[in-house]
Amino acid sequence: MSLEKQDVLKIAHLARLSLDDNDAEQYQHSLTSVLDLVEQMQSVDTDGVEPLSHPLEAKQRLRDDVVTEENRREAFLANAPQTEAGLFLVPKVID
Amino acid sequence: MVDQSIASLAKKLRAKEISSVELTQDYLARIKQLDGQLNSFITVTDEVALAQAEAADKLIAAGSTSALAGIPVAHKDLFCTDGILTTCASKMLHNFVPPYESTVTGRMLASGAVTLGKTNMDEFAMGSSNENSHFGAVKNPWDLEKVPGGSSGGSAAAVAAGLCVAATGTDTGGSIRQPASFCGISGLKPTYGRVSRFGMIAYASSLDQAGPMARSAEDCAHILQSIAGFDANDSTCSEVATEDYTANLDAPLEGLTIGLPKEYFGDGLNNGVATVIQDAVKEFEKLGAKVKEISLPNLNLSIPSYYVIAPSEASSNLSRFDGVRYGYRCEEPKDLMDMYKRSRGEGFGKEVQKRIMVGTYALSEGYYDAYYLKAQRIRRLIKEDFVRAFNEVDVIMGPVAPTTAFGIGAKTDDPIAMYLEDIYTLSINLAGIPAMSIPAGFAEGMPVGLQIMGNYFAEAKLLNVAHKFQQATDWHTKNPSLAEGA
Repeated sequence: MSLEKQDVLKIAHLARLSLDDNDAEQYQHSLTSVLDLVEQMQSVDTDGVEPLSHPLEAKQRLRDDVVTEENRREAFLANAPQTEAGLFLVPKVID
Repeated sequence: MVDQSIASLAKKLRAKEISSVELTQDYLARIKQLDGQLNSFITVTDEVALAQAEAADKLIAAGSTSALAGIPVAHKDLFCTDGILTTCASKMLHNFVPPYESTVTGRMLASGAVTLGKTNMDEFAMGSSNENSHFGAVKNPWDLEKVPGGSSGGSAAAVAAGLCVAATGTDTGGSIRQPASFCGISGLKPTYGRVSRFGMIAYASSLDQAGPMARSAEDCAHILQSIAGFDANDSTCSEVATEDYTANLDAPLEGLTIGLPKEYFGDGLNNGVATVIQDAVKEFEKLGAKVKEISLPNLNLSIPSYYVIAPSEASSNLSRFDGVRYGYRCEEPKDLMDMYKRSRGEGFGKEVQKRIMVGTYALSEGYYDAYYLKAQRIRRLIKEDFVRAFNEVDVIMGPVAPTTAFGIGAKTDDPIAMYLEDIYTLSINLAGIPAMSIPAGFAEGMPVGLQIMGNYFAEAKLLNVAHKFQQATDWHTKNPSLAEGA
């Protein structure tokens, strides 16, 4: 399994990570070596084996549909890089 | 002071031989004196600690029976602590002050434990050497040229050097057990779901589990007692009742059947480590245990399975760091996409970005079945190996890692070699069973940990087995000269 530089740039875009050309080349090597490492899975016969997503195969619990949280708007906004009038501020999205 | 157990300190606190404030001042002074050499703390919370110690002294005077009341501890810097900087050792969270408390730290506070500070770690818990920290590498107190292990390396180094009585850690693929082994302390990864993950900054949600790191199995038992048990705030937290983890520590081991998986003693295991483990097993035979060779045939597959599942879950979990609500935001973003990409590209370190990209690839259209689902099918095979084994034996023993602590920088050029070193710990997280590392001797002057694995929710049994070993041996009381001299 060998990734091209274009593949790395596409993965980085999907993951929303900025990469320069130098980074992309480094990751091309390091991602390829991880994919080589996991390649040995493909030789294992797993026909009829169900995927295991939770070690104890627990099901999600349901709770009553009631309000359990108080409004802590100020506390949650306090960590944001930019806020205005009680809202999170981001760069302009629509021209 | 470095030798003091939670039980002996609790006795002294109640006999008024020492106050929690005095004890806390002693530990804060040790941190100031020694941590410049170790870099085990990211944040030291002097004022908070002294205020908590004062409150604990009142609690003790009022008759509190909690073993942790007034005991100074440290928390891995991925547990959210209300009003205290929580960085996950990342530039991404260099300024994050949580507005709430994790269940683990909250329960320890309720038990009266005193928070000395937050310990260094591999960024977002990704690493086995504690070299991947935005705040610099942590040094091993037994040899400052060597790594303490990771990702809970700061917690392990701090406990080993006597900078706190005990600490919390988290273990996704060995991050409590391997640093405990490298630093010569005791660490327990509980059954998946035994301890709440609420307020733990997530790495791989189906594998992450918090646990105690301390000087002895008995100390681990006291901490587990405080933190274990159901929590409605974590949808994967188990409703299985907790046990009294200190009640049966002294139960005799006659008739105990120990499984030795042949895959844990094959090629790649350092001779010095192998000798220590074999000697430890002989010690258990003296205590009345029987030994049986077993096989965990899919052990080798734990590495590829883990390095698909963990990065996949990480890529999903870490998508929350977008530069909008908390954490790092790049300077002067051109537009929203530029802000996402540069905030994440500049805020995350290289290892974290690599794992995010591995996961993104494994989960992307056309690859999901071949990677993520395949890894989960193999995960079931690994679990079934353990289920079969525990039909025949009570506990399983083996090494924690193939070697002792390696040199700082020795493996940074070959990350795959570092991944392969996780061979003895990853399968435990994939199966979700509990496991401990306890000090069992030394190889070339560095500590070696014995790994003890148990069946689901058998924490009390593991602690009993470990405690009996520590009653018969004194490996867990050894201190690095750095700690003795202070």
